[in-house]
Amino acid sequence: MRHLVPIAIFFTALLAQAPTQAQTPNVILIRNATVLTVTHGTIEHGSILIRDGKIAAVGTDVKAPDGATVIDAAGQFVIPGIIDCHSHIAIDGNVNEGGPAVSSMVNIADVLNPADINIYRDLAGGVTTANILHGSANPIGGQTVVIKLRWGKQASQLPFEGALPGIKFALGENPKHSNFGPPAGTPARYPATRLGVEEVIRQAFTEAREYKKQWDDYNRRKATGEPNLLPPRRDLRLEPLVEVLEGKRFVHAHCYRADEILMLARVAKEFGFKVRTFQHVLEGYKIADEIAVTGVGGSTFSDWWAYKMEAYDAIPYNAALMHERGVLVSINSDSAEEARHLNQEAAKSMKYGDLSANDALKLITLNPAIQLGIDNRAGSIDVGKDADLVIYNHDPLSVYAVVQKTLIDGQVYFDRERDLASRPSLEKEKQALLEKEKKAAAEEKKHDEKPEKKQDQKKKPPKPAESSQVVSGGGR
Amino acid sequence: MRIRSSRECASLLLIAACIAATFALAYAAHGEGGEPRYFAITNARIIPVSGPAISNGTIVIAKGLIQAVGANVPIPPEAWVIDGKGLTVYPGLTDAGTDLGLPKPEDSAGAVHARKSAVPSEIASGPEDRPGATPWRVAADELKIDDKRLATWRNAGFTSALTLPDGGVFPGQGSLINLAGERAGDFVVKPAAGLSISFKPIGGFFSFPGSPMGTIAYVRQVFIDANWFAQAQPAYDANFTKFERLPYDRTERVVNKSLRSNEIVLLPANTSVQILRALRLADEWRISAVLLGGQQAYAVTDVLALKKTPVLVSLKWPERPKDADPEAEETLRDLRLRDLAPSTPVALTKAGVKFAFYSDGLAAPKDIFKNLRKALDAGLTTDAALRAFTLDAAEILGVSDRLGSLEPGKIANVIVTDGDIFNEKTKVKHAFVDGRWFEVHEEPPPDKTDEKKPERHADFPEADAAVGR
Repeated sequence: MRHLVPIAIFFTALLAQAPTQAQTPNVILIRNATVLTVTHGTIEHGSILIRDGKIAAVGTDVKAPDGATVIDAAGQFVIPGIIDCHSHIAIDGNVNEGGPAVSSMVNIADVLNPADINIYRDLAGGVTTANILHGSANPIGGQTVVIKLRWGKQASQLPFEGALPGIKFALGENPKHSNFGPPAGTPARYPATRLGVEEVIRQAFTEAREYKKQWDDYNRRKATGEPNLLPPRRDLRLEPLVEVLEGKRFVHAHCYRADEILMLARVAKEFGFKVRTFQHVLEGYKIADEIAVTGVGGSTFSDWWAYKMEAYDAIPYNAALMHERGVLVSINSDSAEEARHLNQEAAKSMKYGDLSANDALKLITLNPAIQLGIDNRAGSIDVGKDADLVIYNHDPLSVYAVVQKTLIDGQVYFDRERDLASRPSLEKEKQALLEKEKKAAAEEKKHDEKPEKKQDQKKKPPKPAESSQVVSGGGR
Repeated sequence: MRIRSSRECASLLLIAACIAATFALAYAAHGEGGEPRYFAITNARIIPVSGPAISNGTIVIAKGLIQAVGANVPIPPEAWVIDGKGLTVYPGLTDAGTDLGLPKPEDSAGAVHARKSAVPSEIASGPEDRPGATPWRVAADELKIDDKRLATWRNAGFTSALTLPDGGVFPGQGSLINLAGERAGDFVVKPAAGLSISFKPIGGFFSFPGSPMGTIAYVRQVFIDANWFAQAQPAYDANFTKFERLPYDRTERVVNKSLRSNEIVLLPANTSVQILRALRLADEWRISAVLLGGQQAYAVTDVLALKKTPVLVSLKWPERPKDADPEAEETLRDLRLRDLAPSTPVALTKAGVKFAFYSDGLAAPKDIFKNLRKALDAGLTTDAALRAFTLDAAEILGVSDRLGSLEPGKIANVIVTDGDIFNEKTKVKHAFVDGRWFEVHEEPPPDKTDEKKPERHADFPEADAAVGR
């Protein structure tokens, strides 16, 4: 996350939508649309047949089978669902476990909040999948999870099935606490320099190697039937790092400066693991060749920078330049607001760097899908992939494009018309509830004012214990 | 014959006369010395909860236990008889989550971490530092019986409570107490009645755990460590010449013991998201979880029923925060929650999910009953409410063999009222705790000129003196 200290977001007039309980029609046909497949060009007057949540056919001559629900998209555009490779939505509580320099024991998946209104808002911007990351307060941060924005479903139904879990790393000013510090009287945390950040990562992986060795040794001896073995103590901090070493967990590394990016690439090589994505990577254009050679991806902003010292040497050509040098590039949001117009963010690379429309679209679809290891199921409109689709009223790379419908697994999770139509009734319900509360309060007051014969209210008992509070989603 | 208020007895002589008059049959018993231990309430409507109501029956209490309940049971000669005509006898109520009898968190050992200071009192860098972990604290060990609320609650019909330590992630173990006794030890029915866990971050930004995901990871590691200890200790003991010495870790030892004894683990969860999360964690950690809160349980009753996870329902319904910005617009979500939370109890009843009620920091019993009214208005039957306050609470807390209903052999926690227990106008006339009799007095009108003497009408009414305490 760009701004380390989480900013509480207050919602005004938040009309939470009722969970989408739409019956999933088994067969849906979207017809007459301009279909931007990403992998095999644009199909004018194209149709997409969806069966059981998957794309069953794409083309100009696809007919609706009997009983199919037909969505007529004449004059409209369909693209694959947008994939946001860097998001902090849908998290209950703090995005950072900020204390320890290595907070890999915490897992975003434990605190997914399916009721976060930002899920719905991002859906309204065409996002169907998001990489939900821990914050950047630690050289090695918490475990991360890829979710589909299945608004209305339970937390356990959000994770993208089969997507490898990840872990957040962070380099530079945030993990070394450059721009903020603990309250007076609290000792500053190590590391305080970029040298220290590197050392923390080395130290952690050195421990992880040793930990892995202990377990391998134990399992080997156990297999031989050796009696009286004491198993090593499980360490939730080191387990995910062992998974990184074994290639079972992706590293998403927050970084800005060219030197620190090269540093992590060297450390990763030395310990034998891969960095899956460099996140932000604003100076990536300076070392695009080196990044390309290491085979990792870059997930960056279009034109967002200068919010701290390490983010000054940035240019809007970053995505295009890295792309040209063979880096797999995506554009991410890192923000619930920006996630709502990632299509425009991608389009900026057409102006700054002359990317083709299709390559620009890839920045928010196929490329992040590859970065997250889900391109077998998402990222393009191909037969067999999940029916995660967005329908726009205009070319999605134009500023006039407004999302009309967003589908995930062939189910409509956002429908602009339905949303607009539901507002009066939601507002009515809200007013009715407010009225009901007001009435109840008035009655209670009246009741309390009756002369009471009971006198047992004289003494005020000791102050009650701290009250439990309902967490009702949202602000973090 | 009714027991007269002993405050009317002005002198010792009069007291003796009073007793003689009211407990004619008990004179012999009194001769043995000490307070009476045999009682019979006759001609009363009896609601045993475990069985059908008895419209006109007798209940006999002997030496702290219920000896007999029925329409026609013999009255022991030594029993003091209370004419229960027009009165109703219930099992005493249980407040299934409170801090009755416990000092304020500031005073207690494990509460350092609970303070909302910007500077953590110590910096923890991970679960291994065991921040905010005092699972060895047992509420029973910290009881302060001069807490005036003990009598206030008892006078309102509560005879037992689960009282919970506060502070930190593992604040300690709750104890089931009866609400009377001369010494703290007299109160305690079950010292280790529930291992308390809080998911509230305690570290702030600079100390672990500073986030809900941090507290979850922390609790997970402690359970792993406790289970590891269970495995490692015997292996080490059997073969200590081969292994490095095990370090002493009080937290993992205590939590291990708690898990081995199948002690319930109290997981706070109010919203449906929190409830489903807690259920998942309970499965993962293989603990006997009981949820604490349940405000939005109405939305997830099916899962609760499937998992057979009981809920302690907070009687502090969600409300608009008192310090809320009057200009701020309310969310429909909050409004719905506030509207529907009181329907949780009836929804749980319909789904067959066991639940009990707890006062959750409410200042006075009258607030408990006032808030219960909302649940009744939402469709909860008074029978189901009574069950939640008595037998179901006892079952959830693992003491239904001793408490929760009017059955022979159970602890004589009995209340006598002049009407239906949840009727606003009903008054509790007598309360028996462990078979000891407490007459319930109405407090005299507020004395504005005499505020320095609040003790005057306090806990143990003169009635106690009257019966020889």
